[in-house]
Amino acid sequence: MNTLVCVKRVPATGARVTLTPDEQAIDARYLSFAVGPHEECAIEAAVQIAEEYDGDVTVLTLGEADAVEQLRYALAMGAHEMILLETEDGDSDWGPMATAGAIVDAIRQKEAEGDAFDILLFGNDSADAGGFQVGVRVAYALGLPVVTGVKGLEISDGHATARREGGGGWEVYEVDLPAVFTVKEGLNLPRYPSIPGKLRARRRKPETIAPNRGEDGLEKIRLKVPETEKKQAQILGHGPEAAPKVADILEELGLLS
Amino acid sequence: MILGLIEHDRGELNAQTLEMITLARELAANLGTSLAGVVIGDRPGQVADALGDWGLETVYLVEDPRLDEYAPDAWAGALVQLMEQKQPQAVMAIGSDRGNEVLARTAARANLPLAVNCTEIQPEGDAYFVTRVRWGGTVLEEARLHGAPKLLTVAPFVVEPQEAEGASTPSLVTVAPVLDEADLRVRVTARIAPQREGVSLAEAPVVVAGGRGVDSAEGFESLDVLAALLGGAVGCSRVVTNNGWRPHSDQVGQTGVRVAPEIYIACGISGASQHMAGCTGSKHILVINNDPEAPILAQADYAIIGDLHEVVPAISEAVRERQG
Amino acid sequence: MQSEDMMSTIPEHANVVIIGAGIVGNSVVYHLARKGWTDMVLIDKGPLPNPGGSTGHASNFIFLVDHNKEMAALTLDSTRQFKDLGVFTQSGGIEVARTEARMEEFRRRMASSKAWGIESYLITPAEIKELVPYINEEILLGGFYTPGVGVVDSLRAGTLMREYAVDKGALTLSPNTEVLDIEVKNGRVTAVVTNRGRVAADYVLIAAGVWSPRLARMAGATIPLTPAVHQMISVGPIPILEQTGGEIKYPIVRDMDTFMYERQNGSDMEVGSYAHRPILMRADDIPSIEEARLSPTELPFTEEDFDPQLEQALELMPDILGDERAGIRHAINGLLSLTPDGFPLLGETVEVKNLWSAAAVWIKEGPGVGRMIAEWMTDGYSEIDAHHSDISRFYDYARSEHHIRARTSEAFNKTYGIVHPREQWESNRNVRVSPFYSREQDLGAVFFETAGWERPQWYESNAKLLEEFGDRVNQRPHEWDARWWSPIINAEHLAMRERVAMVDLSAFALFDIKGPGALDVVQQVAVAQMDVPVGRGVYTPLLLPNGGFKSDLTIMRLGEDHFRVVSGGGDGARDRKWFVDHLPEDGSAQLHDVTSGVSTIGVWGPKARDLLQSVTDDDVSNEAIRYGRVKPIRIGGITVHAFRISYVGELGWEIYIPTEYALHVWDILWEAGQPLGVSTAGIGVYGTTGRLEKGYRLFGAELDSEYTPMEAGLARRKVKEQDFVGKEAYVRALAEEPAAILCTLTVDDHTSASGIKRYMQGNEPILTPDGERIVDAHGRGSYVTSAGAGPSVGKYILMSYLPPEYAKEGEKLLVEYMAEQYPVTVAVVGSRPLFDPKNERMKG
Repeated sequence: MNTLVCVKRVPATGARVTLTPDEQAIDARYLSFAVGPHEECAIEAAVQIAEEYDGDVTVLTLGEADAVEQLRYALAMGAHEMILLETEDGDSDWGPMATAGAIVDAIRQKEAEGDAFDILLFGNDSADAGGFQVGVRVAYALGLPVVTGVKGLEISDGHATARREGGGGWEVYEVDLPAVFTVKEGLNLPRYPSIPGKLRARRRKPETIAPNRGEDGLEKIRLKVPETEKKQAQILGHGPEAAPKVADILEELGLLS
Repeated sequence: MILGLIEHDRGELNAQTLEMITLARELAANLGTSLAGVVIGDRPGQVADALGDWGLETVYLVEDPRLDEYAPDAWAGALVQLMEQKQPQAVMAIGSDRGNEVLARTAARANLPLAVNCTEIQPEGDAYFVTRVRWGGTVLEEARLHGAPKLLTVAPFVVEPQEAEGASTPSLVTVAPVLDEADLRVRVTARIAPQREGVSLAEAPVVVAGGRGVDSAEGFESLDVLAALLGGAVGCSRVVTNNGWRPHSDQVGQTGVRVAPEIYIACGISGASQHMAGCTGSKHILVINNDPEAPILAQADYAIIGDLHEVVPAISEAVRERQG
Repeated sequence: MQSEDMMSTIPEHANVVIIGAGIVGNSVVYHLARKGWTDMVLIDKGPLPNPGGSTGHASNFIFLVDHNKEMAALTLDSTRQFKDLGVFTQSGGIEVARTEARMEEFRRRMASSKAWGIESYLITPAEIKELVPYINEEILLGGFYTPGVGVVDSLRAGTLMREYAVDKGALTLSPNTEVLDIEVKNGRVTAVVTNRGRVAADYVLIAAGVWSPRLARMAGATIPLTPAVHQMISVGPIPILEQTGGEIKYPIVRDMDTFMYERQNGSDMEVGSYAHRPILMRADDIPSIEEARLSPTELPFTEEDFDPQLEQALELMPDILGDERAGIRHAINGLLSLTPDGFPLLGETVEVKNLWSAAAVWIKEGPGVGRMIAEWMTDGYSEIDAHHSDISRFYDYARSEHHIRARTSEAFNKTYGIVHPREQWESNRNVRVSPFYSREQDLGAVFFETAGWERPQWYESNAKLLEEFGDRVNQRPHEWDARWWSPIINAEHLAMRERVAMVDLSAFALFDIKGPGALDVVQQVAVAQMDVPVGRGVYTPLLLPNGGFKSDLTIMRLGEDHFRVVSGGGDGARDRKWFVDHLPEDGSAQLHDVTSGVSTIGVWGPKARDLLQSVTDDDVSNEAIRYGRVKPIRIGGITVHAFRISYVGELGWEIYIPTEYALHVWDILWEAGQPLGVSTAGIGVYGTTGRLEKGYRLFGAELDSEYTPMEAGLARRKVKEQDFVGKEAYVRALAEEPAAILCTLTVDDHTSASGIKRYMQGNEPILTPDGERIVDAHGRGSYVTSAGAGPSVGKYILMSYLPPEYAKEGEKLLVEYMAEQYPVTVAVVGSRPLFDPKNERMKG
C-alpha cells in the first residue's frame, strides 16, 4: 500500500502579517516555515496507513531547494521517500493549474519507473493560497476518484471509506483504490517528529525533478492586507457584576425566548 | 449569462447561496447580461421554489433520479454540460465546501482556471479582475482570472444577501444530464447523524467559545451550561483542540468550523487571525477576557473584563432569572 | 448601558519609570517599594504577566556555582528570594563530564562552591545513574552534584513582586505601552514619551533585556549588549517523566562537554544548547509582538544548527530521547542578552545622569539584581559588591557594536566551556597599544589584554635569565597551573630585585582634575588628606557610603589647582565616572582624561637611580626626589614627570612622558641601562610577584565594596578633618574590632596526592585544620584573593581575609585546590610586607 502525500511549504505566521515591498508575498524574515495543518494530518494519515498495511510513504512538494525542510519534517514523522519538484529560485509561487500539472507529470514519471501509488493525499486547501483545487485537478488528470474535505479515512482491500462533514452530520463515501483524498485538520492528531526520526531524515536527499511550468489562468497581481475594522468594544463592566448587562443584550437580540 | 450554482443538501437550500446570487446579480448587471441559476438533484424543483425574489431569470433544473444523494462528480459533469449548451460568461457558486468542490471539479473537467473565495469581481476586458481571500482572510489577493466561461466562488460571510428589486418568478427549465457510472463513483453512500445533541455549531444562533484562558477540559463546563441555556453551541480555539480539551469538531477558525451566530461569546480567546477567520460572520461579538488589551477587543462589540470562570456562571445565573 | 474608557492612562509624573516587566523590572520595583520609593511607573510594550521578553521563554533553572564571587552571591541571593516567594522547586543539578579535563574543572568548581558556601559533591557515574535512571552513565567519567539546584516560576515571581509594589500604592502599571522617546536635558534624563503619553521622571531604569540598547539609544546612551540565540527543544511525552506527575522530579543535567542541558518540564524533557554557532541579532531586528509567531524573543528554530546536538543528547539519554513516540513538541531559537565580558550591565549609564541600566541578567540573578539596583539607587551602594557588573566598566571602544559582536561571538561557546582564570581573548585585540609596542614585540613580549590595552605579561627574550637564577625560579609541573604563565616571570622578578627593570605602564588611566574646585573634588572622594604640597603623590582608598572600597589609586598634586589621578587600566572607566559624578555643578573643576596623551615607564631596582641619573642632568638623589614626590625632569631633552613610587617594593620611579616622545625616552633608558644589566619586566612581576611579596592590595582582588580599609589593613588612625564619601562608616569601622583582617599566607607543601606539585590560582577556600569552612561574623567566607610566587622570599604567597581568631601569625590552616587540601601558614596579619618589611630598598 503506497501513499503519496503532497505538501506545501508556507510561512508560519503570527497575529499580523507584513508583506514584502513588492506585495507579492508575505515577509517571512521573522517566520519559520511549515506545512499547513491539513497537510500535517495528511502525512500522519499516510504514516498510519503505512504502519498498518506495510508500504511506503512518499512525500512530494513543489518549491525551491529549501522546501526540502518540509520534506524532511515529513520524513521525521515517518515518511519514507521524498520528491522535490524543484523550481528556480524566486519562482515557487505557481498557480493551481501549473502546480497540478507538474505533480501529474511527476506521478506519471514514477509510474513509468514502476512506482505507482494506491493512495494520494492532499490538504483540502493550502494554508496560504487556499485554492481548493490542486488535489482535484490531479485526480481528474489521472482519472482517479477524489473525495475532498476528508476527516475520516479507513482502508481495506483496495477500497477506502472516507468521511466528511456535511448535512449536519457525516457524509460517507466509498471508493476503490487508487484514489485521491484531500483531507482536513481533525482527521487525526499528527505526531511530532521524534529525535531518531529527525536524525534519520537529516542527511537524506530528495529525489529532485525539474518541473515544467504550464499555463495558469489565474494571474496574481498583488497581495494586500485587509483593513480590519477596528472596533472600540463597549465595556459592559468588570467581573461577574456585569452579567445582567449581557442578559439585557441577549434579550434585545431575542435570544431569551 | 451568469450561471449560479444553487447549493442544496437533499432539497434543502444552503442559504449562503443567496450571498453568491447577490454578487452574481451585480456582475450580470455590470455586464448587461442575464442571471440564471442551476439546481442539480433528483427533485430540484422544490429548491427553486424558494428563489422567486432573487432576480434569477431562469433556473435550470438538472434532474436525475440517481442524484437523490450528493455526487460531486455528477454535479460537475452536469454543470459542464450546461456550460456547453448555454455558453454562460461565468459560472459561480458560494465558497462553501460543496461549492468550492463542485467548481474545482468543473474546472478540472473543463480544464479552466478557477478563482475561489472572491470578495469582489470586476470585468476587465476579456478577463475578470478579482479580489479573493487567502490565509483565511488575513491576506487578500488581487488577481486576473482568464478563461471562458469564468469559474468563481464567492467568499462566505462577505456579501450581504439582498433580494432583487422588482423580481419576477424565474422560468424553470428542466434539463436531463447525461451521466455515466464514472460520474457516480464518488457519492454519498451513507450518512452518520451528528452525535451531538442540539444545534450544530455552524448553525447555532449563539456560540459560546473558549480559548487558552479556559485552561482545562473541565473549565468548559460552565460554557456548556450557558450554551445549553441559550440553545447554542460551544466552540473553541485551535490551542484548545491541540491540548485535547475539546474535539476538533468544536474548533472555530480557518481550519475549523466557520460560524455565523447572532452573538459569539468569546471567553479567554486572544483573537489570533486563524481563529477570527472562523467567527467574523457573527452578528455580534461579546468578549470575556481578563486582559483589557487582548487583540480580540478590537473586533468585538461588547466586552467584560474579568475572570471568565466567574463571569460565565454569573451570566448563566442572570439568564436563568430572565427566563424565569 | 454605561461604557467605560478602558485605555489606561499613564501618570504625568513619576519618581522613577521602569521600562521592562520581566524578572528584572519586577524585582527592581519590588525592592524599590520596600525601600520606600513611591510614584513608580512600570512600562512594558507587551501584556502582563508575560510581555514577550526573554523571561517568558526562559528555562528557569538555577545552578548555583560560579567561579566569580559576585555572580555566585547574586545567584544565592536570588535563590533565597525565589524561595521566599514560594516559586522555587528544588530538583538538584548534576553537571556531567565526558572528559578528564572536565573532571579537573569539577575539582576546581568544588573549590569555588566551598569558597562561596554552596553544598556540592563530586559523584561517580554510578551515583549519577542512581539520581538520573535514564542516563547513559557509560559515557561519563563523573559528575558535579549540587543538591540545591532548582527551577523557578519566574513569571509568577515577577507577578508577586509587582503586586507587592502595586498593593503598597507605590506603583502604576502600564502594559501594552510602547516607549517612543526618552528625553534628556543637560545630560540628565527628564521624561519617557510613550504611545500613551509623556511621563516626566526623575529616574528612568531600562530593564528591557534584548531591547535595552535600542531604548538607551533614544537617550543617547549605550547599553552594550547583543541579543543572541540560544536553542531549545522540548521532547515528550516521556513516560518516566509523566509518571512523576509534577513539573520536575529528576535533577537537571548539564552535559558540559557538549554544551547542552537536559531539564525535565512535566512530561517533557527540555534540551538546550550553547554548542551551535553564535547567532547574534540586532535589537532593531527583533520582530514586534504582532509579527512574531510565538513571542518576539522566540524566533524560528534553525534546525541545521541543532542537528549535531540531537545525536549527543540521544547518546546521553538514549532510552527516553530515542523513544519514537516522544516527539519534538516545541523548538525555539530563544533570545538572550550577551555582553562583551559576560557580566550584567548594571548601574547608571555613563552618558546620562539618572538613566539606569539593569540588563543582560539571567533568571538566576534576577531578584538579586533587583535588590542590588534598588540599594544602589537609594543608598549609593549595594550589599553585594557590584564592580564586575557596573555598566561604567567599559571604555568607549568597548561599548561599540564592533567590540560587542567580536567578544560575544568568541564567548558564546565558552558558556559551558572550561575557562582558565588567565585565559586571553582572541578577538578584537591590539586595540590599544603603547608607543613601546614594537620594541616589546622585538623582545618577544607575550601580551595580555586589559581594557583593550596590550600589556607584556612576560618577555620570551628574558628566557636567558632562567639559567642565571636556576632553582630560585619556581616551576609549575601541572599544565593547568602553568597555563597562560611562564617561569620567565619569576626570572624577570629576580633580575629586577638584583639590578634594574623597565616596566611598560602605559595602560594607566590618567585624569587631571583642574580648576579652583579641584582640591574639593579630590578631598571629597579620597580618604587620604589631599591638601598636600605641590609635587606630592598620595596613595588613597576611595570609599562608598558604606565604607567599603570603591577603588584605590594614586593622586599627584601637580599644581595648586591641578591633580592627576592615576588608576589601573582595568578600573579606569569606573573610576572616571566616579570622579565625573563628583565634579561640582558650577564648573569650578573639570576632568581631563589624559590617558592617551601620556605614556608611562616604570624603572625599578637597586640600580634604578644609577640608570635614571645617567640619562638626566636633573638631580634624582634621595634628597632631590624623596619617596612619594613627583618632579619634572628632562630625559634626552624631553620634560617628563618622575614620580618616586613603587608597587614592587624597589627603588625607582614611574616616568610619565608625553606620548609622542615616549618611544624616544624608552630607547634612551634602554640603551643607558645596558651596562647596568637592565631588563624588561612584564605585568606578571608588576601585578603579581612583586606586589605579593610587598603585600600590596589590588582592587577587585583584595579590595571591593564588601571590605573596609580597616579590614584591608589600609586604615590610618588619623582621619582627615575634611568630609569625604564614606567618612562616617570609615570612622565607625576604626572604632570597631574588624570582622576579618587581610593576611598574607604561605603554602607549606605543594605536593598533591599524585606527587605532582600544585599551585593555587586564586578564589580557593581557606579552611581550618579540620577542613571546615572559615566564615567571619558578617557571614563572609575566607578565600584566596590573590595567589602567586614570591621568588625573593622563596615562598608561594596567598592573601586572604581571616576572622580574628585565625588571623594570627604562625596559625596553621589549609587551602583547598582541585579537591585536595594543602597546609598553609599565616605569615603576616595586616599589610606588613613579607619582603623588605621596613621598605628600606624603596625609600633609600
